[in-house]
Amino acid sequence: MSLMKLLGTPTRRLLWMSPCRIGTVFFKCFATSNQNTPTKNKYDYDLLVLGGGSGGLACAKEAVEHGARVICFDFVKPTPVGTKWGVGGTCVNVGCIPKKLMHQASLLGEAVHEAVAYGWNVNDQNIKPDWKKLVKSVQGHIKSVNWVTRVDLRDKKVEYVNSMGVFVNDHTIEYKTKENETKKVTAEYIVVAVGGRPRYPDIPGATEFGITSDDIFSLEREPGRTLVVGAGYVGLECACFLKGLGYDPTVMVRSIVLRGFDRQMSELLAAMMVDRGVTFLHTTIPTAVVKQPDGRLLVKYLNTSTLAQNSEIFDTVLWAIGRKGLIDDLKLDAAGIKTKNDKIVVDGSEATNVPHIFAVGDIIYGRPELTPVAILSGRLLARRLFAASNQLMDYADVATTVFTPLEYSCVGMSEETAIQKHGSENIEVFHGYYKPTEFFIPQKSVRHCYLKAVAEITGDQKVLGLHYIGPVAGEVIQGFAAALKSGLTIKTLLNTVGIHPTTAEEFTRLSITKRSGRDPTPASCCS
Amino acid sequence: MSLTLWNSRFSITLVRQHTTIFTSARTALTENAINSSHLSQNFLQRRHFALNLMKTNTGGDGGRAPSNSRNPTNNQRGSSQPRYTRNASMSQGAAGGGIPFEHPHCDRIAMYDYESRRNRITRGPYDYDLIVIGGGSAGLACAKEAVACGARVVCLDYVKPTPLGTKWGVGGTCVNVGCIPKKLMHQASLLGEAVHEAAAYGWNVNEKIKPDWNKLVSSVQNHIKSVNWVTRVDLRDKKVEYINGLGSFLDPHTMTIKMKSGDRKITSQTFVIAVGGRPRYPDIPGAVEYGITSDDLFSLNREPGKTLVVGAGYIGLECAGFLKGLGYEPTVMVRSIVLRGFDQQMAGLVADSMEERGIPFLYQYVPLSVEKLSSGKLLVKYEHSQSGEVRSDTFDTVLWAIGRKGLVDDLNLANAGVHTFKDKIQVDSYEATNVPNIYAVGDIIYGKPELTPVAVLAGRLLARRLYGESTQRMDYTDVATTVFTPLEYACVGLSEEDAVKEFGADEIEVFHGYYKPTEFFIPQKSVRHCYLKAVAERHGEQRVYGLHYLGPVAGEVIQGFAAALKSGLTIKTLMNTVGIHPTTAEEFTRLNITKRSGLDPTPASCCS
Repeated sequence: MSLMKLLGTPTRRLLWMSPCRIGTVFFKCFATSNQNTPTKNKYDYDLLVLGGGSGGLACAKEAVEHGARVICFDFVKPTPVGTKWGVGGTCVNVGCIPKKLMHQASLLGEAVHEAVAYGWNVNDQNIKPDWKKLVKSVQGHIKSVNWVTRVDLRDKKVEYVNSMGVFVNDHTIEYKTKENETKKVTAEYIVVAVGGRPRYPDIPGATEFGITSDDIFSLEREPGRTLVVGAGYVGLECACFLKGLGYDPTVMVRSIVLRGFDRQMSELLAAMMVDRGVTFLHTTIPTAVVKQPDGRLLVKYLNTSTLAQNSEIFDTVLWAIGRKGLIDDLKLDAAGIKTKNDKIVVDGSEATNVPHIFAVGDIIYGRPELTPVAILSGRLLARRLFAASNQLMDYADVATTVFTPLEYSCVGMSEETAIQKHGSENIEVFHGYYKPTEFFIPQKSVRHCYLKAVAEITGDQKVLGLHYIGPVAGEVIQGFAAALKSGLTIKTLLNTVGIHPTTAEEFTRLSITKRSGRDPTPASCCS
Repeated sequence: MSLTLWNSRFSITLVRQHTTIFTSARTALTENAINSSHLSQNFLQRRHFALNLMKTNTGGDGGRAPSNSRNPTNNQRGSSQPRYTRNASMSQGAAGGGIPFEHPHCDRIAMYDYESRRNRITRGPYDYDLIVIGGGSAGLACAKEAVACGARVVCLDYVKPTPLGTKWGVGGTCVNVGCIPKKLMHQASLLGEAVHEAAAYGWNVNEKIKPDWNKLVSSVQNHIKSVNWVTRVDLRDKKVEYINGLGSFLDPHTMTIKMKSGDRKITSQTFVIAVGGRPRYPDIPGAVEYGITSDDLFSLNREPGKTLVVGAGYIGLECAGFLKGLGYEPTVMVRSIVLRGFDQQMAGLVADSMEERGIPFLYQYVPLSVEKLSSGKLLVKYEHSQSGEVRSDTFDTVLWAIGRKGLVDDLNLANAGVHTFKDKIQVDSYEATNVPNIYAVGDIIYGKPELTPVAVLAGRLLARRLYGESTQRMDYTDVATTVFTPLEYACVGLSEEDAVKEFGADEIEVFHGYYKPTEFFIPQKSVRHCYLKAVAERHGEQRVYGLHYLGPVAGEVIQGFAAALKSGLTIKTLMNTVGIHPTTAEEFTRLNITKRSGLDPTPASCCS
């Protein structure tokens, strides 16, 4: 009955765990399938989901669809400054959605200037955004999504409890009702999908005076001069939309920008931001935040290479130094679930060390923290548990994008990873700068419009990774992600006819290898 | 100086000649064939030759018909089997025109297996190795590549002014009166929309805006001029001889060129015809005198005002779309259907999305006459093609977008013995015409997609086959394309109709869905027509035959999927591809409702 039976021999299990690049291999690992018919008697529920974010909801809804009795717990602890939100988790409330909307707002400010260049008689002098109106619009949209989510849950008959569920044992969860009564429920399977929240640094004034991405999208006052601490994608995205909206962000970088991403692309992206007037403080860490009598914030910081101490005054300090998994309140020990750092360790079937307890989404240790990953793995898990599916989540070659003004998107390996895995003599990198047609009239800088394909050097030259900096990067890369999963080679890429005039077609025009040493700047446009 | 140049060229030629001669017996065979080829040689003979060649090359595996030759050792993913043979019927159909016409590009493997004929670079009795007629995308790409391979090349380019007097520089349709100005005007129109959106997002902009047509035109034209200039410099750098003159054939190796400075006669071993096409005018009173085409619109020195766009192909719809976005009042007159050749469900949605934006469509109407009124406005009479009802209306501008014709008329192709079909030239899968030393690429080819990147790639590959070491032919299947209407439409592969025709309705599965772009909510933009679908094999591995997308930045979205299709994309792979959130492209990875199921394809939740 349990999934463990399905795992079969240790060899099979090994196959599961191996980092297969091609998802189809997974299917073939199984000879038989196993339908877990919902049990009506022993437990209150067939499935209990902790967390009402992307991963949890997707899993809960899919399970109900296959006839399981499901309950979903969702609870948001307010941030130190008191921000809280509704159902749907990080993405909808304090992540992708508000971030993309703020990014769009910032691009539209740029578009107004471009419109002038194209002949529109719009006054683009001293245009300013109305922060409050923007926040209201963004929050209005979020509330509507929350509402749609609630309706969706009701329609699909997912029982939803707005409370913090805590483990009593490996089948039992305890929670407090609105009336402050303590209740217990039991379930055959439990899925932990509680996600993560931003970290605060351990320095004086951090929690009292600083905010995080949990607060910025609903901030009641204009952010003004902002110190963004951290140069991961969250930090860079926030700094960029703040810049685009006319504020004055400074990015404090402890070591490198965009850790985990391709180094060349990351440095190019940082250079693009510097070009647009974002200040960077490199190899610097904050040491204290002090509130001034006028309400502004004095930030003391230390340059770790020169050891110089300095301080500066900001209106807002935004911590973007990373996110931690929300395991603390769950009493995982009561169920005997193993953790690592602040995350939960799972195997290829998202099972924890307790075979009937699973984890999906950002709470998993060592997997990409992305909404679509969480959704797909949650859904696939539900299908495996309740719909006789054998399909495992394929975490390889997950595309992602960074919504900076010139966006950066990539799929597959970074150049470094490719070199590390295959050796630089076995890698060919095709690269090129390009000039988007629309950039000419408004004379937008094309200096950082760059793309590259990392491939094997032999045979048909299998593509290992694609990287693109430019407009609408996510839209450009998505299709190539499907291509990579289909076994894209350089030969196929170069035989793919472009769509003219787009920027995505530049991938089909890549002809210069890094090895050749030739100039990767473009000459002609249409021949 | 010129002598030194000539010398160096000659030595390159010599070296090449030797390598060519000594590389392989196959090449020698090829050359024999070329030398023995005469005017009388027809396609059948060449086909025979190709067959023989196949036998020679494949040894024991000889005797296979080239049309189904399949290399069993070729295990390249995505091409281990010919996907479909949709052109089989077409090749039969065209045969009625007198010339046996092949579409061997239906078999992709064959394309890589065929040995191509390679021209010897030889000074011989000729002035040039190659004369390229036409300085557009295809011609320039071919000329530049040929020079890079060591050939002596001259490129002829000449633009006849339009009836209104519009003319332009080097680079052909795309740069001067096609993709580039069109995309810029489209962008201008989107930016007008963006200003309103900016206000919705909280920017303090005044929304009462108007475009300055003259400023826009001069910006667009300046950009074009700069591209012309870059192109000229590029040609000079790459040592492609360029003649601004109109060429016509005297015989298969000789051409006379009309230039400002007088006529000149030149000879060449090989010719590539890449003269492209120009818009048609209808044969009705006033059409040429008072109407304009896309050749004139992008440099029009007055505001277009109320415009009648006749024709609902992609050019007509794009022009109507950006004119509306710029605040003018376009009306689209449709003779029969919108976006012929495209998926008709998608075409219908494109038309609906334009009507929703306030562009009227006159369905089933054909224009009868155009008269100029004393006010300067144009009175257009038009007739309902079924009821015969005649109506009239006045417009400031009448734009013909009823199709394009190939520019074969001035070439005197009869002198060279090149057959034409309608106003185009038929070629085989090597882009060769019925005359073996004369090739054609780009829009002048009959029955191939008229698209810049197709022309560029075909021209480049042709040059590499002629003068380089390549044998690779152009693959015309699964060419993606996009229509820059306000809500853009892009597609790759088969339309739903074609898939049904090809495989039968029972054998295909269509996955579809409406979706809501995140950015559309705040400015409350209509999401009614944001729709996408995947047409796939119903059984087995569910190979994807076609993808269709209506929404923002459609071309950017589809390009990658075009590469995926070429790599053998299946529905399973598509659904296992993790989305990039929040984008609109990710909707392809979320497709799960089939048309067959009858389930509602409207979306519910956003992020779970």
